[in-house]
Amino acid sequence: MTASAEATAPAATPGRPAPAPLAPAARLLPALAAVYRAQLSRARVARMPLLFVATFQSLGILVMMRGVVDSGGNDSARAVVAGSSVLVVAFVALNLLAQYFGRLRATGGLDHYATLPVPPAAVVLGAAGAYASFTLPGTLVTAAVGAGLFGLPWAHLWILLAVVPLAGAALSGLGAVCGLLAPRQEIATLLGQLGMSAALLLGVLPASRMPEAVRLLRDLLPSTYGVEAFARTFDAAPDWAAVGADLAVCAAVGLLSLTAATRAYRRAAVSGR
Amino acid sequence: MRGLVKTYRTGRGAKAAEVRANDGISLDVRRGEVFGLLGPNGAGKSTLVRQLTGLLRPDEGSIDVLGHDLVRHPERAPRLLGYLGQESTALDELTVALAAETTGRLRGLPARRARAERDAVLAELGLEPLADRPVGRLSGGQRRLACFGAALVGERPLLVLDEPTTGMDPVARRAVWAAVDRRRAEHGTTVLLVTHNVIEAETVLDRVAVVHGGRVLACDTPGRLKALVDGRVRLELVWRTDAPPDVPVLAAAAGRARVSGRRWTLRTTPEEARELVAAVTSGPAFAALDDFTLATPTLEDAYLDLGAAQGADREGGQAG
Repeated sequence: MTASAEATAPAATPGRPAPAPLAPAARLLPALAAVYRAQLSRARVARMPLLFVATFQSLGILVMMRGVVDSGGNDSARAVVAGSSVLVVAFVALNLLAQYFGRLRATGGLDHYATLPVPPAAVVLGAAGAYASFTLPGTLVTAAVGAGLFGLPWAHLWILLAVVPLAGAALSGLGAVCGLLAPRQEIATLLGQLGMSAALLLGVLPASRMPEAVRLLRDLLPSTYGVEAFARTFDAAPDWAAVGADLAVCAAVGLLSLTAATRAYRRAAVSGR
Repeated sequence: MRGLVKTYRTGRGAKAAEVRANDGISLDVRRGEVFGLLGPNGAGKSTLVRQLTGLLRPDEGSIDVLGHDLVRHPERAPRLLGYLGQESTALDELTVALAAETTGRLRGLPARRARAERDAVLAELGLEPLADRPVGRLSGGQRRLACFGAALVGERPLLVLDEPTTGMDPVARRAVWAAVDRRRAEHGTTVLLVTHNVIEAETVLDRVAVVHGGRVLACDTPGRLKALVDGRVRLELVWRTDAPPDVPVLAAAAGRARVSGRRWTLRTTPEEARELVAAVTSGPAFAALDDFTLATPTLEDAYLDLGAAQGADREGGQAG
């Protein structure tokens, strides 16, 4: 140690070099784009078979329900087609994303992101966005096949371009929260499965046939609003205001759940607080 | 100039059970140094590194990296250091090239820089033939090398590498150490290396801290650590069945030998070793002897000595 005056308590460090300059942190949008791109490529690399399972499951439900529901413009047919289409979103964005984040957390994969200067929102939104994107082809196929099977008009299927991202935001936010907060990987998987089962049971059947208590539960599920918005567009003259209101609920829930997911990520990534 | 890089004083009490993974560790690493943390599994090396990288907050103590207080500002760690952890799950489903590029982007590089650095690092490490293969489908050593490559994209003045060469073949190992040396020579990069591979530690490190039970047992150059065993030599005796009972020199040494089956390992002075070798190469002892080796101390001996001194409270051979 060099000679130093005793009185200088905080040691003005004359012999020490100046602090090293900090490298720039990644900005939100470029980082989000990088995460999104990397996540999308995972689908190609891992050829996630579950993406196909998601679509097959919904197509299976359509065929099965065709046995008990008449075709034509009745409520039940609309509910089945809209419900099984949005189910693809629930399967991938909620269930698979919960599993992905659960695995990442359990295996220490989050450390990789936590030791990079990335805004937490970039990681969460990038992954959520990619998972929501994975669902688009499956949803479109399911909706087109369903409309054909149940004799519903194809005219307004474009609404899925709004339903998928908005319901996707709400459900992937929930999925990410489940995956990031679950104390164990198995619990993350369980929560994801439960969420998807709820979307299946409460989304595919028409609300008018449900008991009051179940209907309340259904109203609590964000996917319901995506289903309703889509189902309304099968009307000859859709009530666009109601469609917009349903989508607004999805957007609001999406905003909330993605914010919660970002906080959950921050908590999970830096376990020492 | 005394280029102090970091000082820790950490005491980590975790959860109700009060496991002290790091029990008051203090270390100074100089700029431009390849510094090793050596210790058995569970010694507290990874806990230490996780605090340094901002993943864990120490309960007590301070961490100063290149003039930045990382206990108060853990968020600065990713802007100062590149970290290679033990897990690759975040990169497993990406191709080697995309893993490197994405990591560079997330280290704040503009797209073109990230691509250029990706290409440079892949070429430097000989990873080009694997560029389009998913990280998770490579062999253990290749995967490690790909993750090491990702850790290099986006230059940082400090690299923290947690067992970087696990599972690698000699060619890959050489590529890693060449890359580390190049960065040190060109940019004065400091490297903190976690390892339990003693042989590697002996060849690549400038200085090494032996960590055991959450404490630093010793911290010095590999050469000086070897000197801690006092210039004593290591004598190994292997008996055909049992050691002969009635050789006085052996009887005296038996108490100090580490006995494992038919094998005795003794650390002793060259004089006593000579005496023992003379005794076992003649008479009844020679008849009972299967094999013997006499060797100068290695870093492994120093490491084992330090660990044993700590563990069994044996009279240790540390020179003050």
